[in-house]
Amino acid sequence: MTDIADIASPTPIAATARGARSFRLSTAGYVGLAIILAWAIAALLAPALALPAPNASDLAALADPRPSAIHWLGVDLSGRDLLSRTIWGARTVLTVAPIAVAGATIVGALLGLCAGYYRGAPDSVLSRVSDIILSFPVIILYMIILTKFGASAFNIIAVITVTKAPIIYRLVRAMTLELREREYVAAAQMRGESALYIMLVEILPNARGPIVVDVCLRLGYTTIAIGALGFLGIGLPPPAPDWGGMVRETYGMISIYPHMAIVPCIAISSLVVGFNLLAVGLRRRVQHG
Amino acid sequence: MARYAVRQLGYMALTLLVVSCAVFVLNEFAPGDVARKLLGAYATQEQVEHLTQQLGLDRPVLVRYVEYMGDVLRGNFGQSLTFKVPVAQILLERLSNTLLLAAIAFAVIVPLAVLFGVLAGMREGSAQDHSILIAANLLSSLPEFATGVFLACIFAVWLGWLPGTSPLSMGGNWSIASQLVMPVLVMALYDMGYLIAMIRVSMIGVMRQPFIRTAILKGMKRRDVIVKHALRNALIAPFTAILLQINYLIAGVVVVETVFAYPGFGRLMLQAAMSKDIALVEAGALVAVLIAMTTQLAGDLGYMLLDPRIRIQK
Repeated sequence: MTDIADIASPTPIAATARGARSFRLSTAGYVGLAIILAWAIAALLAPALALPAPNASDLAALADPRPSAIHWLGVDLSGRDLLSRTIWGARTVLTVAPIAVAGATIVGALLGLCAGYYRGAPDSVLSRVSDIILSFPVIILYMIILTKFGASAFNIIAVITVTKAPIIYRLVRAMTLELREREYVAAAQMRGESALYIMLVEILPNARGPIVVDVCLRLGYTTIAIGALGFLGIGLPPPAPDWGGMVRETYGMISIYPHMAIVPCIAISSLVVGFNLLAVGLRRRVQHG
Repeated sequence: MARYAVRQLGYMALTLLVVSCAVFVLNEFAPGDVARKLLGAYATQEQVEHLTQQLGLDRPVLVRYVEYMGDVLRGNFGQSLTFKVPVAQILLERLSNTLLLAAIAFAVIVPLAVLFGVLAGMREGSAQDHSILIAANLLSSLPEFATGVFLACIFAVWLGWLPGTSPLSMGGNWSIASQLVMPVLVMALYDMGYLIAMIRVSMIGVMRQPFIRTAILKGMKRRDVIVKHALRNALIAPFTAILLQINYLIAGVVVVETVFAYPGFGRLMLQAAMSKDIALVEAGALVAVLIAMTTQLAGDLGYMLLDPRIRIQK
């Protein structure tokens, strides 16, 4: 719900078209990009790295589960290597979050284009539905749906798609309402282009700047949401390594072995910081061209 | 404005109806669930069917929904299957715990957010502005459970100043007040960044206005310009956003409540959803949506009261 970079600028559609080809970010943007890339590379290389299997228990290590030469970040309560579980956990979150956000973006953008372009009845129906979804406290909705249908990667993606789509919908609808009055849209209408063509080829590309920034923010908040679901025990089913779940399993032990909970907490925090910094950097670029 | 309020109230009632229906139908996909959950895994199929019949869960969904809504309108939310007490009783108890937490957090968050938002926005682009914005951004990037773990490690494990859990019981050595500190701190850190950014943008907008330049040019002290002219105007736009935080503070804090084992509304809902306590889930969902819509309405109306220009436009 918190969209800092989203509100950091008073004007949403500034200079989106100008200088969009040169790829230059602010320092904050590069730092964010570097953090995300580091996690992505680690996640991609996870099977090739010389790490213990994420679900293999080293019972001998349980005598002293703290960081050691064999287990660089220590082991958890079942003797599983924390470094390995953290890196394999990155694979999970970097798969589930982008798919969920992509789903929400596609659904939200298409419906937003339709509502903004056609206005009238489709607009009022879609806007009412999105208002209802948005007025429902998201975390309670997650809880009801996931406990009802069971927690699986697919269900998590579906729930996030449904609850995040209205946010993208609102953004794209507002921009479409403005962009549909532009001359190039009128020209396309005169040429007799179809509504679908005008929406996807004339309007959508000109709205891409703010959409890309929002996708970046959404990735951050979706990462938090997936972590929170894991922490509440309604995330991905064990023993799949999942950051939120790792914190849940070890949180009770923080007075004795704090590292077990701190390691996944740092992992998830750094990834979200990465997404948010990248969003800040992209936002500046969208604004200043 | 009165007409606007009435229309919004009607819209609120409609939304509540839709939500209650959606939650009810969602929970009715497998009616055998409740009886099975109550009796445990070793009950025979006959026992499950018998209890299902006894609870009246074998009748059509629509009949039960209408009956349920009739009861709700008469103030009867039914019996909680897991807690074995009336739903209203347990809901009220947990909700008041959460309200206590939310009220304290709100009282901490708003003044601090206004302070930092104004400090950042009064000099756009300055080092002060940048550092506040980055700090706010970083703080709201940390998931609540991560902040909770970090703070618990520092203040409970390492320094031993505060209790690691907040069950609101007097059993241990810790007073109730000390049990509230860490949950409030986590909520404040997570929530404040958003408000700071909101207030900052609004402040920047106000500082660019001609009347501010006039005040500065006529030789007014900068402090007076900020406090007397800018501040009041800068708080109009974020007013709705500030009120909307109440919604998060009450209905969105399940993670914080779980971290600190706080007996609040969010954890109650999680428990209810996991044990398929339908009556409790239904009532809780209605309460959550009611809170969300009331704060939204209050925000809109307050906004109109504060800014006469919006009233005229409507």
